[in-house]
Amino acid sequence: MTNAFSGSGPDAVFAAYLADGRFMLQQCDDCKKHVFYPRVLCSHCGSPKLTWQPASDQGTVYSTTVVRRKPEQGGDYNVALVDLSEGPRMMSRVDGLAPHEVMIGMDVRVKIIDEPGHGKLLVFMPTQGGGA
Amino acid sequence: MKATDLRGKTAIVGVGLGGLPSAPNRSSMEIQTEAVHQALTDAGLNLSDVDGLFTGSSHAFMPALSTAEYLGIRPKISDTTMIGGSSFVGHLLPAAMALQYGLCDVALICYGSNQGSGFGKLKSMSEPQTYEAPYDPRHPITSYALAAARHMHQFGTRREDLAEVAVAARRWAQLNPLAFARDDLTLEQVMASRMVNDPLSKLDCCLVTDGGGALVLVRSERAKDFPKPPVYMLGTAMAHWHRQISSMPDLTVTAAAESGPRAFAMAGLAPKDVDVVELYDAFTINTILFLEDLGFCAKGEGGAFVRDGRIAPGGNLAVNTNGGGLSCCHPGMYGTFLLIEAVQQLRGEAGARQVDNAHIALCHGNGGVLSSQVTALLGDASTL
Repeated sequence: MTNAFSGSGPDAVFAAYLADGRFMLQQCDDCKKHVFYPRVLCSHCGSPKLTWQPASDQGTVYSTTVVRRKPEQGGDYNVALVDLSEGPRMMSRVDGLAPHEVMIGMDVRVKIIDEPGHGKLLVFMPTQGGGA
Repeated sequence: MKATDLRGKTAIVGVGLGGLPSAPNRSSMEIQTEAVHQALTDAGLNLSDVDGLFTGSSHAFMPALSTAEYLGIRPKISDTTMIGGSSFVGHLLPAAMALQYGLCDVALICYGSNQGSGFGKLKSMSEPQTYEAPYDPRHPITSYALAAARHMHQFGTRREDLAEVAVAARRWAQLNPLAFARDDLTLEQVMASRMVNDPLSKLDCCLVTDGGGALVLVRSERAKDFPKPPVYMLGTAMAHWHRQISSMPDLTVTAAAESGPRAFAMAGLAPKDVDVVELYDAFTINTILFLEDLGFCAKGEGGAFVRDGRIAPGGNLAVNTNGGGLSCCHPGMYGTFLLIEAVQQLRGEAGARQVDNAHIALCHGNGGVLSSQVTALLGDASTL
C-alpha cells in the first residue's frame, strides 16, 4: 500500500506502469475487491488502502459495438466493454478479428500495443483462435 | 418533515415553446427568451414577477447569470445543477422546495438552443473521460449502442423492436404541427437506414434541432388565480449511478429503477394510474429501458411491449405524444419538452394528439449516457 494522499496520484501511477508495458490494478486491503479506473479511495468501501497488483490479463466481453467509419477515414472499428476476471469493467477494443466478429461472452486477454499517435494502449485479443 | 409533504404543493401555471420546428439565424438565448415570453404570457405574468431561476446549458459556463442578465431579472435564488438532458426535470425538486420555503414566489425553468441551425453537431462542454477516450467512442451514441447490444443479447430484443419505437414516435409527430420530422416512416425504412454504431442506425437516434422550452411554477395555494388550469407536481425523484458507460453496473438496468419507485411513492401512485407517458428518447433503446425500469412492463419485456404499434397513437399506452426527441425536437437537451407536453396533455390542449381523459402524466428525464434519471408525476386538479 502506498500513501493515498501524497506523491504521484493513482492516474499518474497507472499511466507510468502502462508506459512501461504493464497493466496494474488496485486492490483494496480492506474489502479485497479490485478497483478500476484508478482511484484514491476504494469505490466499494471507501478505504484509502489500495495496493497495486499485476492484472490477470483475462477478461470477458460484456458488450460490443462497431463504430461505422468511412474507409478513407480508417474504416469501421470495435469498441467493447470487457469485464476483467478480477471484477472491474473497462472500455477497450478487441483486436485480432474483424470488428463485427467480436461477440458478447467472448473470452479475451490483454495485449498492450503501441497505438500510433497515442503511445501504449491496453487492448484485448481473443483467448482462443483469434490470431496473433 | 418528509418527501411526501411536497405532493401537490407546486403548480405549473405557464408553459411556452420557442424556436420550433427550426429557428435559423437566431441565437440560443433568443430562442430561450421566446419560450420564456410564451410561458409568462400563458401564466398572465410579467418578467418582473420572476424571482426564482432554474436553467441550464451545454455551452454556457454560468447560464443563470447570462439568462438573468439577458432577461433583466434579479432572482432571489437560482439553480443550474447540470446532470445532462434530465436537468430540467431535475429542476422541479429545488424549485418546489424554494417555493415551499418562501425563498421565491414565481419560479422559472427554461432552456434554449440553436443546435440544429447554429452548429449542427452536439456541442458540449463535457469533459473527456480519461479511461474511455483512447478507444474513440462516439459520444454519446457508442454508449447507447453498447446498452442496446447487451439488451438484445440478454433478452432477445430485436432491431425491429427498436424500429417500432422510432415509428411510433413519428406517428405521434405527424399529429403535432410543431414537430420537426413529420414524413411517413415505416419499420422497413428504419431497418434500412444507415448503421452508425451497431445496433443503432441513423433513425434510432434523436434529432438535432433548434428549440426552447420554459415553465412557470408557483405555490399551489395561488394556482387557481391564473388563466390556465393548473397542473400539479405530485411526485418527483432523481437517481444517478454513473457518469461514463464503463461504470454503469448493469447496462440493461438504469437508475430509473430507483427514481421511478421513489417518485411514485411521493405521488401515492402506480404505473397503472398513468394516462400519458413522456420518456426521454435520445435513442430508441431508451424508451424500452424506461418502460421496463419505471414498471410499465417487466425487465426484458420492453421489446415485446412496444410491438405492433402498442405505444403509437391508438395503442395501449400513449408514449411520447409530441413525437419525442426522435421526431419532435432535440435541441441538445430535451428535459423541458417532456414537462411541457405533459402539461398540454393534462390541460386538454394538445389538439389532434390529445389523449382522452388524461389526468396523470409521467415525465422521465435521462442525462449523460443513461447516467442521470429523473422521474416526475404530474396531475390535474382531480388528482389532488
